[in-house]
Amino acid sequence: MSPDHVLLARTLFATSLAMHIIYATLGVGIPLMVTVAEVTYALTGDSDYAIMAKRWTRGFTVLLAVSITTGTTVALQLSLLWPRFMQVVGQVIALPFLIEIFAFFVEALFMSIYVYAADRIPHRWRIASVAFVAVGAAASALLITDANAFMNTPRGFRMVEGRAVDVHPWQAVFNPALPTEDAHVLVSAYMTVAFITAAVAAHGLLRRAHSDRVREHQYKALMLSLALGGLFGIFTAIAGDASGKFIARYQPEKLAVAEGLFHTQAHAPLVIGGWVDGVHQRVIGGIELPGLLSWLATDRFDGVVKGLDAFPRDTWPPLYVHLLFDAMVGIGMLLVLLAIAAWLVKTVRRGQRFPFPRWLLWLVAASGPLAMAAIECGWIYAEVARQPWIIYHVMRTADAVTPAPYVGVLCVLFVGLYILLSVGTVLVMRGYFRRHPLAEEIEPGPISPRRVVWLP
Amino acid sequence: MNEPLWGAAVLWTAVFIYAMAGSIDFGAGFWSMVYRREKDTRASVIANRYLSPLWEVTNVFLVLFAVALVGMFPSAAYALGSVLLVPGNLILILLTIRTVFLVYTHAVHRHQSGLRTVSGITGLVIPALLMTVFPVAQGGFLRHTGGHWTLSLASLFSHWTTYSYIALGLTSELYLSSLFLADYARVAGDDSAFQVYRRNALWLGPVTMLAALFTLWAIPSSAAWLRRDLAGQSTLFIASAACFLVAMAVLWRGSDVRRRWYRLSVVASVAQYALAMIAYGRAHLPYLVYPSFTIANSFTNMEMFRAAVLVLLIGIAILFPGFVWFWRLFLENKGYVGKLE
Repeated sequence: MSPDHVLLARTLFATSLAMHIIYATLGVGIPLMVTVAEVTYALTGDSDYAIMAKRWTRGFTVLLAVSITTGTTVALQLSLLWPRFMQVVGQVIALPFLIEIFAFFVEALFMSIYVYAADRIPHRWRIASVAFVAVGAAASALLITDANAFMNTPRGFRMVEGRAVDVHPWQAVFNPALPTEDAHVLVSAYMTVAFITAAVAAHGLLRRAHSDRVREHQYKALMLSLALGGLFGIFTAIAGDASGKFIARYQPEKLAVAEGLFHTQAHAPLVIGGWVDGVHQRVIGGIELPGLLSWLATDRFDGVVKGLDAFPRDTWPPLYVHLLFDAMVGIGMLLVLLAIAAWLVKTVRRGQRFPFPRWLLWLVAASGPLAMAAIECGWIYAEVARQPWIIYHVMRTADAVTPAPYVGVLCVLFVGLYILLSVGTVLVMRGYFRRHPLAEEIEPGPISPRRVVWLP
Repeated sequence: MNEPLWGAAVLWTAVFIYAMAGSIDFGAGFWSMVYRREKDTRASVIANRYLSPLWEVTNVFLVLFAVALVGMFPSAAYALGSVLLVPGNLILILLTIRTVFLVYTHAVHRHQSGLRTVSGITGLVIPALLMTVFPVAQGGFLRHTGGHWTLSLASLFSHWTTYSYIALGLTSELYLSSLFLADYARVAGDDSAFQVYRRNALWLGPVTMLAALFTLWAIPSSAAWLRRDLAGQSTLFIASAACFLVAMAVLWRGSDVRRRWYRLSVVASVAQYALAMIAYGRAHLPYLVYPSFTIANSFTNMEMFRAAVLVLLIGIAILFPGFVWFWRLFLENKGYVGKLE
C-alpha cells in the first residue's frame, strides 16, 4: 500500500476518533455530574440541584445521541479501514468490544428510562437509573480504552505466520497498560466535564442582566463543578504521573519522543516547549529542567531514561508529538491551579454572596474548552507516538490498512459530515437553552433547603 | 452441533434481531414521511412515538453483529471489511445523518417535516445498502488479486440478484413495520392509525412473497450451489409460508381495533421470518463468503470462542431484567403510547 493511502486512511479514522472523543468524554462525565446533582437534591431538598440535573440531562440527550452515532461509526470503521488489524483483534482481544456492547446497552436502556419515564417512577429509582447510566458510560469507556491498552502492550498470544497462536483472551484483556491507561482516561474525562459545566455557569454569570436569584443558582453550579474539577484534576495528575512511569518501562520510545530525548542517559532533563529538531537531534528553544525527567520516570535523579537512539530510526514516532504532550500536561496543571485559585478567592472573600471577580469568571469560562483541547492533545499524542505500530512491536499500521480504493473521497465526505454535525449540535443546544432560559425554570422566590451543601 | 456452528447461530440470531428491529425502526421512519400531510389520521404520530426511545436499542444490534463477526469469524470479517469500505461508510454517513436529525428535531421541536423526509429517505436507502451484503456473500463478485480481496462495485450493481435482495429487504421492512405499528396503534386504542397500517400490511404481505420468489429466480448461475441448497430446505420454507398464511388470515379477519388476538399476526410473521432465515442460513452453510470463507476455516480459536460465549451468556442474563422493565414502560404502556404529541 502506498504511503498516501495509509495517510488518508489514518486521516479518516483520526477525524472520526477526534470527533467521537469529544462526545464520548462528555457522555462519560455528564451522567456523573447529573448523579451528583440528583443525590445532592435528595439529601438537601434544594430544588436548584434538581433544575441543574434537569438542564444537564437536556444537553446530555443530544450529546449522547451524537456520541452513539460517532461511536457506531468508529466501531465499524475499525473493520472497514483496518481489516488486517481487526483480524488479530478478533482472535485475541474481542472480549472488551463484546462486553462494551452490554455496558452500552445498560447505559442506553437506563437513559431512556431516566429521560422518558422520569415522571412515572419514584425518585429513588430515578437516582438509581441515572447512576446506572453513569456506570454504563464509565464501563464503556474503560473497556474500549482496554482495547487501546492492548495495542500499547499486547499480551496473551504469539504471532506465527500471520495467525495468532497460543491465545489467552483474558491475559490480553488484563494487559499491563490497562490500570494506568483506564485510570487516566476516566478521571481526566470527569475532570474535563466538571470544567465544562463550570465554564457554562461562568459564561452565564458573565452576562450582566441577571436577577440575584439566577446568579445564586449559577454560583451553586459553578462551585460544585469547580470542586469536582479540582478534585479530579488532582486525580488526573496522579494517574498521569503513573502513566509516565509506565511508558518509561513498557514503551520507552513513546516517553522519549514526548520529551525529545535522543540519547539514553542518566539525569535526563525535562524539556518544556521547544521544537524537536530531528536533524540535529536536539530540542530548539525549550526550557530544560535538569534531571527532572529521570526523577519522573524512575523516581531517581540519576535514573537512566532510554532515548530514541535505543531504537531503529524507521520506528521513531513523529517528533512533533512533544508539543501535544506538553500541551496536555500544561493545560492539566493550569486547570488544577485555577481550581485552587478559585478556592483561595472564595476563602478570602468569605463574607460575600458572589465572591468571584470578573477576570476569574473569564478564566473559568475558558477552562472548559481548554480541558477538551487537552483531551484531544492527549489522545493524538497517545496514538501518534505509537506509530509506526498499530499493535506495538507486532503489526505496523501500514500492514493493517484496507486495500479498497476511494478512501480520499470518503475522507472528504466525513469531514463535511462532521462539520455539519458540530455546527448542528451547537445550534441545537443554543436554540434549546435560549427558548428555555434558566430564569423560567428555577423557583423564583427564595428557596429554603433542608440542608446547605458544604463544599471546601 | 460443533463450535463454529454455534458461532454461526449466534451471529445469525443477531442478524435476525437486527432485521426485525431495524425493519420496524426504518419502516416507522418511512411511514412517518408518507403520512406527514394527513390530518385525519394519527398514523404519523404513532410512527414517531415508536421511533423515539427505540433507535438506540436497534443500533446496538448493528454493532453487536459487527463485533460478533470479528470475534467469532475474524477471517471472514477481514474479507468483508476489506471489500465493503464504500457501501459500509455510506451506511455510516446516512445512519449518522438520520440519528442526529432525529435527536435535533426532538430537542428543538421544529423542522418536523424535514425530519420526516430525512428519516423516510434514509429509512429506505440504509436497508437497501445493508442488503447488498447478501449478494456479496453468495459469491461471484469478489476477486483475490495481489494478496488482497477486492470487490467490483460496478458488477455488483449491474446484476439482477443484487436488486432482488434489495427488493426483498425493502418490502419485508415495510410489511413488518406496518404489522407492528398496527399492533402498536391497537395498544394505544387508536382506530384510525390501526386501520391505515392494517390495510398496508394486507397488500404488502403478498408483495413480499413475490419479492421472495423473484430473489430465488434471480440467483445467478455462479451461485448455483445456493439455489440447490435452498431447494433442500423446502420443509422449513413450507412451514414459513404456513405462518405467513396465518398472519394474513388474522389480518383479514381482525378489523376491530379492540381484538387482542390481532397480536397473533405479529407473532406469526416473526415466526415466518425466523423460519425462512433458518432455512436460508442452513442452505448458506458452510460458507460465510462463498467460496473461500467457510465457518470452519475462518473460525476463531477455541479459547476466544469459550470466553466470548461466557461473556454473551452473562451479559444477556444481566440485561434481561432491565429489558423487561423497558418493555413494560414503553411498549406495553397505554399511557405512554397513547400520549398526544
